[in-house]
Amino acid sequence: MTTTIRSKGLTKTYGELNVVDRLDLEIEAGEVYGLLGPNGAGKTTTILMLLGLVEPTKGTIKVLGLDPRRYPLEVKRRVGYLPDAVGFYDTMTGRQNLRFTARLNGLDDFEGHIDSLLELVGLADAADQAAGEYSRGMKQRLGVADALVKSPSVLILDEPTTAIDPEGVIEMLALIQRLAKEEGVTVLLASHLLHQVQTVCDRVAIFVKGKVVAQGTPHELAAVDKSTKVKVEFRIDGDPARSRQQLESLPNVGEVEAGKIPGSWVAELEAGSLPATVGGLVAGGADVVGVHRLDEDLETIYRRYFEIQEEVSA
Amino acid sequence: MTTETTEPEAVELERERVGGWRAVARKEIADHLLSGRFVVLMGVLGIATAAAVFAASGGIRDVAPNAQGITALFLKLFTVTVDPVPFPLIVFVGFLAPLLGIMFGFDAVSGERSQGTLPRLLSQPIHRDEVILGKFVAGLTVVAIMLTALVLFVSGIGVFRLGVVPSPTEISRLAVWLVFAIIYVGFWQALATLSSVLAKRASTSAMIPIGVWLVLTLFGSFLFSAVAGVLSPRDGSQAAEVAYLRTTQTVSQLSPVTLFQQGSSVLLDPEVRTVGLVTVEQVDRAIVSELNLTQSLGVVWPQIAILVALASVMYALAYVAFMRDEVRA
Repeated sequence: MTTTIRSKGLTKTYGELNVVDRLDLEIEAGEVYGLLGPNGAGKTTTILMLLGLVEPTKGTIKVLGLDPRRYPLEVKRRVGYLPDAVGFYDTMTGRQNLRFTARLNGLDDFEGHIDSLLELVGLADAADQAAGEYSRGMKQRLGVADALVKSPSVLILDEPTTAIDPEGVIEMLALIQRLAKEEGVTVLLASHLLHQVQTVCDRVAIFVKGKVVAQGTPHELAAVDKSTKVKVEFRIDGDPARSRQQLESLPNVGEVEAGKIPGSWVAELEAGSLPATVGGLVAGGADVVGVHRLDEDLETIYRRYFEIQEEVSA
Repeated sequence: MTTETTEPEAVELERERVGGWRAVARKEIADHLLSGRFVVLMGVLGIATAAAVFAASGGIRDVAPNAQGITALFLKLFTVTVDPVPFPLIVFVGFLAPLLGIMFGFDAVSGERSQGTLPRLLSQPIHRDEVILGKFVAGLTVVAIMLTALVLFVSGIGVFRLGVVPSPTEISRLAVWLVFAIIYVGFWQALATLSSVLAKRASTSAMIPIGVWLVLTLFGSFLFSAVAGVLSPRDGSQAAEVAYLRTTQTVSQLSPVTLFQQGSSVLLDPEVRTVGLVTVEQVDRAIVSELNLTQSLGVVWPQIAILVALASVMYALAYVAFMRDEVRA
């Protein structure tokens, strides 16, 4: 396999703050790689360094074997980029915006290509509407088409799904996967949305405060998850105080605290003990109406990685 | 594990790139020509010019029969003051032309930033300076179109009202003046572009050059006398007075507004022989004669050179500021 994006000890410092801290990345050709992290983790800064738009403080980068600092144009010619909160020229139509990008890339005879891209992202009908009238979701889809105008071999997408409706998200993720599998495009996807990254990415790096705290396939990361405790939200009809007592009396149940929904309880369970706990509740006569594993949402997983990281540094 | 492209190959490819600034300029020109501000500016300029020229041509028609020996009658259209319009056309152009440059420059970069198009634009395979260059060329092209149309419009009215056709010398004087005016607008556009790089919002970036413009056009003379008063204080003697006036003149020539007025008056009026301080002895018994274009150019060479220098410095500053600008802001 060929390494498409490689960074070693990549560091960006603003003042005292290491926004990106000794980042080592190795992304293989044709891979969909997820950079998962909360806002302000340094994802966008990393991307801008890969594109040669921000000067790294330290470290080396190779994109398609090229150093973006020395050959920015060559890198930009082969890398399609969808920025976070992408914008377009409001007075120009979607199609005119794409034409402009095509001209900046020195392409000729691009009309057919642009038509097929607009079709691909589902904007064929709105193509001749002014981009200023587009919704955020439409702009984002136009942004994907825009990134594809140059027929890139690497596609970097910064939060590509934030403003798209759920149906659109599924289409977008399918499109990303298709580009990678059928056209061999290497995709770097930066997002804070865990489940989206999970479904589409071959490998994921969890990126917190400029550092990669975990890296691997989504499966591998989930395995790390099982080794520790899980948080589960229980919704039980009837007297909340009584259901709390019931919960606390069961084995494998750790701390219990009030959940977000009134009357619900969030309990810390030993991994794998959820079926037994629910069984115990039901056996005790509790009217369980809802069970929701909180660990599946990103916040909890991040918190876990934060904890691991703090333990390491402590 | 191998890399896909070796570096020397990439160097080869880098050389055969296309001029991305042309694509930028092409888009910007289309934008400007279709924009509301172009229509408004063109309308304002057109109406004001028409009024000024009608008044001037009327005035010239009244005096023309008695005017013997005036060869450049046609150019008087641009330089003569006649009621009810309080100033000649070139003063009017000198006053409004900066506004053209500011209008086509103030949102060059801040506009990209506020629309969120800057990261997308900079991730295309063009050099950063091509963005600035393309925008600058586009703005100046549109300004050149507007000023040329203006001059042709004035000439058209002039021919119609005066029945005088401009001579070849007059046409060449007008052409030189047009280039001079475009350079003048270039200074203001570069200033506005610089401001658009530095200011985070388009409204702020418009205020800076408009402020400079107002101060230099409205309060320029106070400013220059004040500075001159400090540099060479007056003590009542004639020598000190002359020194003071000379200093005022020198200081004022650092202002593009003054440079443009002086340059215009010489370029469009063959009778004007100097822009400097002239004593009574110097003009005593001077023969009234007219300069040819080369001689006029000789008189205003310094003005042209300083104006070009000021515009270049401004452009260079905008360029440097943009090259150092962080994409994230």
